[in-house]
Amino acid sequence: MNAIAAFGGGFWRRSGAMLIKEFIQLRRDRVSFAMIVMIPLMQLILFGYAINTTPRDLPTAVLVQETSDVGRSILAALQNTRYFKITKVVSDEAEFDRLIRSGTVLFGIEIPAGFERALRRGERPALLVAADATDPVASGAALGALGPLVQTALAHDHALPESSAPAFQFRAHARYNPAASTPLNIVPGLVGTILTMTMLIFTALSVTREIERGTMESLLAMPITPLEIMVGKIVPYIIVGFAQATLIIGAGVLMFGVPIFGNLLLLAALSTLFIATNLSVGYTFSTIAQNQLQAMQMSMMFFLPNILLSGFMFPFAGMPVWAQWIGEFLPLTHYIRIVRAIMLKGATFAELHYDAAALFGLMLLATAIAISRFRRTLD
Amino acid sequence: MTTPSDIVIDVEGLTKTFGARTVVRDLSLQVRRGAIYGFLGPNGSGKTTTIRMLCGLLTPDAGSGTTLGYDIRTEADKIKRQVGYMTQRFSLYQDLSVRENLEFVARLYGLPEPPRAARDMIARLGLSGREEQLAGELSGGWKQRLALGACTLPSPKLLLLDEPTAGVDPKARREFWNEIHALAAEGLTVLVSTHYMDEAERCHEIAYIAYGVLLTHGTVDEVVAQSGLTTYTATGGDILKLSSALDGKSGVDTVAPFGNSLHVSGRDREALEKALAPYRDDRAITWTPSEPSLEDVFIELMNRAKDNFQ
Repeated sequence: MNAIAAFGGGFWRRSGAMLIKEFIQLRRDRVSFAMIVMIPLMQLILFGYAINTTPRDLPTAVLVQETSDVGRSILAALQNTRYFKITKVVSDEAEFDRLIRSGTVLFGIEIPAGFERALRRGERPALLVAADATDPVASGAALGALGPLVQTALAHDHALPESSAPAFQFRAHARYNPAASTPLNIVPGLVGTILTMTMLIFTALSVTREIERGTMESLLAMPITPLEIMVGKIVPYIIVGFAQATLIIGAGVLMFGVPIFGNLLLLAALSTLFIATNLSVGYTFSTIAQNQLQAMQMSMMFFLPNILLSGFMFPFAGMPVWAQWIGEFLPLTHYIRIVRAIMLKGATFAELHYDAAALFGLMLLATAIAISRFRRTLD
Repeated sequence: MTTPSDIVIDVEGLTKTFGARTVVRDLSLQVRRGAIYGFLGPNGSGKTTTIRMLCGLLTPDAGSGTTLGYDIRTEADKIKRQVGYMTQRFSLYQDLSVRENLEFVARLYGLPEPPRAARDMIARLGLSGREEQLAGELSGGWKQRLALGACTLPSPKLLLLDEPTAGVDPKARREFWNEIHALAAEGLTVLVSTHYMDEAERCHEIAYIAYGVLLTHGTVDEVVAQSGLTTYTATGGDILKLSSALDGKSGVDTVAPFGNSLHVSGRDREALEKALAPYRDDRAITWTPSEPSLEDVFIELMNRAKDNFQ
């Protein structure tokens, strides 16, 4: 048979047969079908609305050492820029530092004692604005807005003497990452992102693989409980994940000069918790998915919001509240806060207990779903 | 005389449906201690589903019963400790070696000294020299033997074997059955499903299931006797032509060629003889009354069940 005959004599018929078969299989594969619709539509809507690289309403703490009308006007003006949203007012400097270090607020504004008096004397006193610069994208735009603010902030304030020069100045202080170095921001986040991806996939395939290879039937016929199976399948990968985390953090320190200001042991302990949480989530997918392909697809659908809504790529504080709520349910969100706080700010457990508890809670939730979803029978 | 403790499997009215399909219907079964109980039936007749219900892997929709004295609905955990279940499809880890697979099972059941238990089993199975070979690389016969070894390793009281010899060559099958008899002689109860008739004859008792219904049970002789079939064997002449002529005639329930002969059976002796009368004069054909074979009995039962349940 020559090539032309092979082509003309049924090429389209055979290709067509294959095509029809593929369509039938695609229609039966609900998860793939969902992927086709969900990935573009949901993700586009979700991320299109959620992601904002010039975030507004950033949480801000004010350290008030003097109560005055001028101070209040300045704060109101700051809020009017819509970059700052004053969420905490404190009078204790230690508390002020703690809020910034734990990541509760991105900015701290200090109104020093004797500010109003200095202002009236025309001494051009300084207002200190401390910014958490571990995420330069989040803090950059807001800091940039401070300059013009000086000109307009008190323009309508009758209490101040008329003057051509600005009556006071802002002294911005970018804490933790004064040079706004990208590796300092990216490397700690990358640790979490890489771990999320690898850990999810390790366990997402573990149960479906047993089902597909037929080994699950005899495993179920043996005296072993679902929790025992889960622990046995997760623990080896905690060790793998720990080695991986050491490798990435080590490379970050050696190659990019990222510092570790905090306690290494705390970092190791919370990293282990994060690894275990992701492994539990992957294992949960494994108990829900019908086959390995579905498990992979579920992992992908989980991985995308982890990258985009966790504060790794885009400022967390810049997202709308509903998106922040989604973010709170993603392990990476909490780990990124933890790892940035420990490495760059030298945070201690006292400042991180919320995120640690959230990781632990998510792990328990995933474990509970996995255990209840695990089919002990073949029904 | 059997006392309740001599009954290892005792279930009544088991029913299982998947969606709209009833796979097992009102099945009752009793298996004595130390017996080799053959579970026969065509593909898709509900054998695997029944076995899975017996070891607690499936929950029956209706019916109840015990395996080894434990309730199949509520005490599956206790059943699992004392039952060795060999699945139809090879279900050991293909990417673990023979030794690693056996050690895994030994550890899971909490046997003392898993490496030694595995070593002893390898010797018993005649797999010495292959302990480091991956299970996936073994031939069909060796895989079967390894799977049986894994089932018997925790010294169960009952073995449930689901078509253990499907796709295995005759020599390996014979060895496999010798091993099953050796195990039964040690006091183990064995329930084995198969669709090989010659294997049925190696069982102490058999049950025949088709379309999810248990049609008959007893020893092979009892099953044949209960059938009430009259069978004639025709030899010589044009067997194929005779076969198609007789098929479906009233009084003729089954017609089955066996090599150069034809088995013709009917439940009603008179009706069968009347049906055969026109062909008895054919000089080319020799008619001899014969015992119905197990296969004749099963085919007839299946045909009858088909009318009732499909």
